[in-house]
Amino acid sequence: MVETRSHIRFLLNGDEITLSDAKPDETLLDFLRLRRALRGSKEGCAEGDCGACTVLVGRLSGGDLVYESVNGCIRFLASLDGCHVVTVEHLNGEGGSLHPVQQAMVDFHGSQCGFCTPGFVMSLYALWMRTPEPSDAAIEKALQGNLCRCTGYEAIIRAARAISSYGKAANDPLAVERAAVTERLSVLRDGARVEIGTGKERLVIPADVDDLAEILITEPNATIVSGSTDVGLWVTKFMRDIAPAVFIGNLEGLRGISETDGVLSIGAGVSYTEAHAVLARHIPALGTLIDRIGGEQVRNMGTIGGNIANGSPIGDTPPPLIALGASITLRKGAERRTLPLEDFFIAYGKQDRAPGEFVEAVHVPLPGADVKFAAYKVTKRRDEDITSTLGAFRLELTSDGTVTAIRVAYGGMAATPKRAKAVEAALLGKPWTEATMEAALAAYAEDFTPLTDMRASAEYRALAGRNLLLRFFAETSGFAGPIQVSRNEAA
Amino acid sequence: MNNHTPDLKAAAIKGGVATDQRHDSAHKHVSGTAVYIDDMPEPAGTLHGCLGLADIAHGTITSMDLSAVRAAPGVVAVMTGADVPGENDISPTGRHDEPILTDTLVQFHGQPIFAVIAESREAARRACRLAKVEYEALPFVTDIGELDPLNDKLVTPPLTLKRGNAAEAIATAPRRLSGRMRIGGQDHFYLEGHIALAIPGEDQDVTVYSSTQHPSEVQHMVSYALGVPSHAVTVEIRRMGGGFGGKETQSNQFAAIAAIAAKKLNRAVKIRPDRDDDMTATGKRHDFLVDYEVGFDGEGNILGVDLVYAARCGFSSDLSGPVTDRALFHCDNAYFWPAVKAVSAPLYTNTVSNTAFRGFGGPQGMIGAERVIDEVAFATGKDPLEIRKLNFYGPNSDKNGDRNVTPYHQTVEDNIVHRIVAELEESADYARRRRQIAAFNANSRFIKRGLALTPVKFGISFTATHYNQAGALVHVYTDGSVHLNHGGTEMGQGLYVKVAQVVAEEFQIDIDQVKITATTTGKVPNTSATAASSGSDLNGMAAQNAARQIKDRLVDFAADKFQVAADQIVFLPNRVRIGNQEIAFADLVKMAYFARIQLSAAGFYKTPKIHWDRDKGEGHPFYYFAYGASCSEVSVDTLTGEYVVERTDILHETGRSLNRAIDLGQIEGGFIQGMGWLTTEELWWDDKGRLRTHAPSTYKIPLASDRPKIFNVTLADWPEAFEPTIHRSKAVGEPPFMLGMSVFHALSDAVASVADHRICPRLDAPATPERVLMAMERLKAEVAGVSKR
Repeated sequence: MVETRSHIRFLLNGDEITLSDAKPDETLLDFLRLRRALRGSKEGCAEGDCGACTVLVGRLSGGDLVYESVNGCIRFLASLDGCHVVTVEHLNGEGGSLHPVQQAMVDFHGSQCGFCTPGFVMSLYALWMRTPEPSDAAIEKALQGNLCRCTGYEAIIRAARAISSYGKAANDPLAVERAAVTERLSVLRDGARVEIGTGKERLVIPADVDDLAEILITEPNATIVSGSTDVGLWVTKFMRDIAPAVFIGNLEGLRGISETDGVLSIGAGVSYTEAHAVLARHIPALGTLIDRIGGEQVRNMGTIGGNIANGSPIGDTPPPLIALGASITLRKGAERRTLPLEDFFIAYGKQDRAPGEFVEAVHVPLPGADVKFAAYKVTKRRDEDITSTLGAFRLELTSDGTVTAIRVAYGGMAATPKRAKAVEAALLGKPWTEATMEAALAAYAEDFTPLTDMRASAEYRALAGRNLLLRFFAETSGFAGPIQVSRNEAA
Repeated sequence: MNNHTPDLKAAAIKGGVATDQRHDSAHKHVSGTAVYIDDMPEPAGTLHGCLGLADIAHGTITSMDLSAVRAAPGVVAVMTGADVPGENDISPTGRHDEPILTDTLVQFHGQPIFAVIAESREAARRACRLAKVEYEALPFVTDIGELDPLNDKLVTPPLTLKRGNAAEAIATAPRRLSGRMRIGGQDHFYLEGHIALAIPGEDQDVTVYSSTQHPSEVQHMVSYALGVPSHAVTVEIRRMGGGFGGKETQSNQFAAIAAIAAKKLNRAVKIRPDRDDDMTATGKRHDFLVDYEVGFDGEGNILGVDLVYAARCGFSSDLSGPVTDRALFHCDNAYFWPAVKAVSAPLYTNTVSNTAFRGFGGPQGMIGAERVIDEVAFATGKDPLEIRKLNFYGPNSDKNGDRNVTPYHQTVEDNIVHRIVAELEESADYARRRRQIAAFNANSRFIKRGLALTPVKFGISFTATHYNQAGALVHVYTDGSVHLNHGGTEMGQGLYVKVAQVVAEEFQIDIDQVKITATTTGKVPNTSATAASSGSDLNGMAAQNAARQIKDRLVDFAADKFQVAADQIVFLPNRVRIGNQEIAFADLVKMAYFARIQLSAAGFYKTPKIHWDRDKGEGHPFYYFAYGASCSEVSVDTLTGEYVVERTDILHETGRSLNRAIDLGQIEGGFIQGMGWLTTEELWWDDKGRLRTHAPSTYKIPLASDRPKIFNVTLADWPEAFEPTIHRSKAVGEPPFMLGMSVFHALSDAVASVADHRICPRLDAPATPERVLMAMERLKAEVAGVSKR
């Protein structure tokens, strides 16, 4: 029998907050602005895209205290149990003195209307603590989730480059107080189950993964909330009731990454940011891809497990994972089953997940050195945009250049993430040549009949989608010239 | 800074004109202490509103069952058009075509049809969804491509500009061509959405805090809606979280409904639509279709131009008249059209009523002109830059005097485009890079580069002449500190700090002695919108005028008291020299007070020289022109249409800048916003007439990583305003927006490379990766077709 309590506890700037009236759909931003009169954080979009609500959340990860930028607008209060929330108000020093990040922004004219500014300050703050002397690429990556409509960003970038000349990250209060906050948080994380409210106000935070399994047996229709980068919008945009809501973001048991016999197993609660660190090392193309999912705040919250479990046809991780031959483990109570990821997606909005069942882990067979792998995401705007079409390719060739294994999977081209089996058939056993590509291009029409929507027309999806095969061919056949446009290298 | 002690020995004041004074609120922006309307402490019992939006593009409401809405938890009141006590209309131009809440006729998907007022914003939003509305559908049109610009329904009378005989010039020209360009609209995407907080007062009074660029208009609209005199309504705004034109008229609706509810319920009412409702129910930049016909010679000299600018105006006129007028005023950009006819067609569509947006039709007008230039360049096989330079206005010599008259018969007197473009061409190394890119493209299969240099000439003044006036109110307190108020609003552009610099300069006191205060209709009446790039020009002059009145009184007083000639009294930094002695400014002020000298003044300014006869299409609508140019290089992926901006160089002028740091921010920000308009920002309506790009997840404004990889921005240091503007500075709000055109034309240039620059790509805007790819495919197909024949 697990211990239970009926309140959540977290640190907000310097204060310890205890709440027994948190609602399952209450967002951190509303809590800050409406209940705490902390109005430095703004609502610009309520969907995790603009970053005006950016705050930091410190959490214990394997005993280490990690501070990450998050979108307060789609972060639920209950997910903060045992965490340290840091808002822009926490940066203001005695007598109105400004923090190095703030002073740099002032001196370099980094604000105009100022509405987005607290969010930029918090994103830059998180970057500066992690990387005091960032490259321009690192700055841009840290700001992918922050929109500014006035400055054109140039002044903000100038400020970001200069922050370290205003102060040392090691002397920042959050760094100085690290040990004390770690201690306070470990006390708050008492391993108890949290249950608050009934009916439409019911929320549960399981004590651990076994407890989660148990809760879902008794409440099989509960909404499982992990990073809330999708469920958050169910509330803020569609006002859906999500109760009973089960918050699994804190479960260390779902946050593990392990490698066994060439297979990487990633817990369903592993965030994009955490996965990136490991995946980019093993499969660089996935690192590049993850860098273009959402903004930093969304990557700090969102999980690969959630990206799979919600079954979106435009989720960015399923196509490459399918191409890599990944499988997932689903758990219900004590029972587990493992199935190929591609079989999990049955139809639009329908996945092979029974009531009470949850995604526990995804298993990715690591490609050997002789395997060629790529994933290409095509969007209207390069960063922080949702896929028009995404193609992933896994290829094995004999020494004389014959295709012995090929897996091609796409997102944005059908009602589910889907393999291009006709294309694969047109390639398998053939020489890896331009002529083979020409034949394979014709097979796309058998595999996909894409739709037109606000992101792209059917014609564009079909054309750009199949052109990705040509890109993959060029990249895998020693083509010398530039093949893709690049943000990071100056022309 | 709170207790500033002026330095009485300073050689110069802090924060005078022509200094890089930081934004007055910068320290508050970064610390989250700058107060936007939603951050204000709410009066006890404040209620919250949410608008119920129609879910049909065109139709008649046959029944509206709001009983479930009324019964929902927390709901205090539900309002429809019938609850408007005064006029149910917020048409800003008096055309009576824009109901606050429509009664029976729905004219666009998302039109407000009722309002819910509840105890919390959440309760109001939830209740809104419970309405049961039935409609009888009517045919609708969202795309102006389906309309005939010369015969279909207009929302406001069109304009014709004519000089010479365009038809004849084109007919007799050695060469001629025609075409059509589609130019997309743009959402403002101010980070702070619309908001109004209305607090009822005694009698008929109400105070409305409104995120608006035009407090006086909000005041008037609220008074019409309530059926009360303007004196009963006070509208105040300290700062907006961005405006860009989107809060020139679009604030009226929220303010009017909040005020009506506040008076009806006698409680404070706040309305803050969520982002989706804001983007769905408020107007945007106008989309245009430009039909052009041009006659030219083999050298690329343009001889005659015929242009039709058709605009998607939406269901009502709003500002579509002046917007489409301004498009025509910029159908020349920086080019002399020897014979020209330009006609506007402000078309009625079943979409939200389009409105002001930075440039106000000017950008669309200009990019039509640039398309004409491109066509002539491709037709003559010359570099577009060569054709641009060939057709510029001027040069300004008597011999060429006839090359300076605009299509609206104003003579360009201050033309500096030749020098701007020549300097930029040099600093951007255009010619060498042009050759490099050609060599690169010849050897690159998948990636193509493009390069373009485009000029900007933008007319400054409201074309509604009466708008070109401003007022200010300046108080000097007995401790020497100054209270500054004027009719301009602060939306981030730095207007407040610029005007404060002007006042500091006038009194020769440190800027910290000048308190910048919220814009309110109670202090300065009958103001114009802060728009048309006019903020500093108008309000700076008005504030200077107010300060000078007080200064003159102080001089008279001092001359009398110290018995010196007036010309022996000089305002030095934080002090005044009177004859042989110097006394602190504050001390002189205190003496003046005791001598009963009035230390407060209302200043006023009206722009000289301007006039405009719309019926004739002739006049001098612009006080002056602002100039700039930009040069961009892009790389394009021929497989997907994806691109990056490799480098942009900008040379822009703002006369003798009041504040170069602020102006630089306007230029950089304007360029990126203009680039966004022409690249990734796409408005998309579905087959039900629903706007489906109504949030940042679907509507993509530029990010930091969309900036040019190399970005060189220079403020020309040599120009000064031709006219006696405030300290000879020039407007900077809108002109830089159109510098973004160079990215669009560089993309077009890269596209053209797939057909060896023999075919004009006729790229439409926005040039999304999709449009870029499809244009390349079209050109490749045309080349293949030609070679087969």
